Amino acid sequence: MNNLLEQLLDTLIVLFGVSTLVFLLLVMIPGDPVDVVLGESAQAADRETMRAALGLDRPLLERWGLFYIDLAQGNLGDSLVRRQPVAQLILQRLPATLQLAGAAFLLVLLLALPLGILAARHKGRGLDRLAQGFALIGVSIPNFWLGPLLVLLFSVQLGWTPVSGNLEPGSLLLPAITLGLSMAAITTRMVRSSLLEIESQPFLRTARCKGLSETAVMLRHSLPNAMLPVITVLGLQLGSLLAGAVITEVVFAWPGIGSLMVDAIRQRDYPVVQGVVLFIALSYVLANRLSDLLSGWLDPRIRGTD
Amino acid sequence: MRISAFVLGLWLIMAMAGRLPSLDPHLVSLPDILKPPSTSHWLGTDELGRPVLDRLLAGASVSLLVAVTTVSLSATIGIFIGLLAGYFGGIVDRVISRLIEVFLAFPGMLLAIAMAAMIGPGIDNVIFALAVMGWVGYARLVRVQVMALRQRDHVQAAVALGRTDLAIMIRHLLPLAMAPVWVEASFGLAGAVVAEAGLSFLGLGIQPPDASWGGMIRDGVRYLLVAPHLVLAPGMALFLVVLAANLFGDGLRDRFDVTSRNTP
Repeated sequence: MNNLLEQLLDTLIVLFGVSTLVFLLLVMIPGDPVDVVLGESAQAADRETMRAALGLDRPLLERWGLFYIDLAQGNLGDSLVRRQPVAQLILQRLPATLQLAGAAFLLVLLLALPLGILAARHKGRGLDRLAQGFALIGVSIPNFWLGPLLVLLFSVQLGWTPVSGNLEPGSLLLPAITLGLSMAAITTRMVRSSLLEIESQPFLRTARCKGLSETAVMLRHSLPNAMLPVITVLGLQLGSLLAGAVITEVVFAWPGIGSLMVDAIRQRDYPVVQGVVLFIALSYVLANRLSDLLSGWLDPRIRGTD
Repeated sequence: MRISAFVLGLWLIMAMAGRLPSLDPHLVSLPDILKPPSTSHWLGTDELGRPVLDRLLAGASVSLLVAVTTVSLSATIGIFIGLLAGYFGGIVDRVISRLIEVFLAFPGMLLAIAMAAMIGPGIDNVIFALAVMGWVGYARLVRVQVMALRQRDHVQAAVALGRTDLAIMIRHLLPLAMAPVWVEASFGLAGAVVAEAGLSFLGLGIQPPDASWGGMIRDGVRYLLVAPHLVLAPGMALFLVVLAANLFGDGLRDRFDVTSRNTP
């Protein structure tokens, strides 16, 4: 129980640090943000309104405090361009991003588990090399190049999928591959290495001596024991899916929070940029902490050490 | 490892070639718009008739400059901070560790995008944004190494001889802590190349008309159907450099890792 409290406190400190970092981003804008947004020739009254909207008329420490009071109420400020609360904008765009991230995560599971298992079982042979090659390419291919490549192949050459947008069926496939491939590659490596790590454990020899088939050994003994590091990595990726979605959404004109943020950057709509960054960063921290908790709960060895 | 060193060497040569005054990366030639590769333009021309090969070389120069500067800067800052935390321990270490934890808890590319969005585009700002995201890895590595090395006899001897803290850190601790730093720097090089290209792709990095691989991909995507070479050429260059840097890092890790070298 003590352990859980400690972890909670730790998480709170990290959340505090991350949100302060996001708060400080607005302070980093060189010069006067009001000039940047409105131009130097703006009316004095407009400038004052915007100054108040951004909270720039108050001292830094007070703004910092207000930032947290607003945050506690779920208030991320108002968009300068769209005249709407930032939180509302994010909520409107969130389903599209979640759909994309969910599809990508499914793809990671469908690709990485079988590939990693195959690679581990055929260690050093052709299939293993193939899976390792896939992992290396997947890690190295930038998603803003992979996306156009996939479009070129599947939409233009083969005519199987729509080029962009999320209105037609099948439009989810290419963005999901674009977003998920590098994570699938990392996870494949992780599944393979963690299966190989427990390969020489006595309990596997015992299982084989009992006369269990290789499949039964894999399903009942190897996989459950090799999954812990994989779950940690998957948790890390669940968070980075949201961050990675920023570029993927731009490539495919996908109407999620990533393209909301990039549009806001172009329009210098700072509160929206700040809100989306904060939202993604906090989700990332929470996803990581949850996967830590989950692997702790799954592993009796960790669970026992309170 | 040899192949990856070869590709990285090729990148260096391309980057130097990108500085040649005989190149015309900005030469607009309206009769030559969107020409496919030919003998007069080896990699074809872009939507303004500019030669893609010349822009590719100029882009190589930018990506090398950004990547090497970013890695040196982040490594220097990270090593220094890691040394401080590992050597002094106590409250210094606690504060620095928290800081490291916060930065690690932030998805790196998101931080770079957000910073570039706030401080504006341009090559200096890109390097700054990438270094802010990059120092953490080095700091964490060096901190752990130094903490382990701190109690070694030769360090204790140096303390007993009254050497200054700085001299002990730099002459007696740093050289022994460098191996993992080189591995991290190699992966960091790959990361910086992708990140620069990614920022430029989003319009937050190198600004037109200057050439960068990410910017070329961004502009080329609009003409994907009529002139795929605009996306294929810079993308392939980018992919090969990143692949090579990752492979090089893998090779370095295997070489430095004593345990895996001794056991076949």
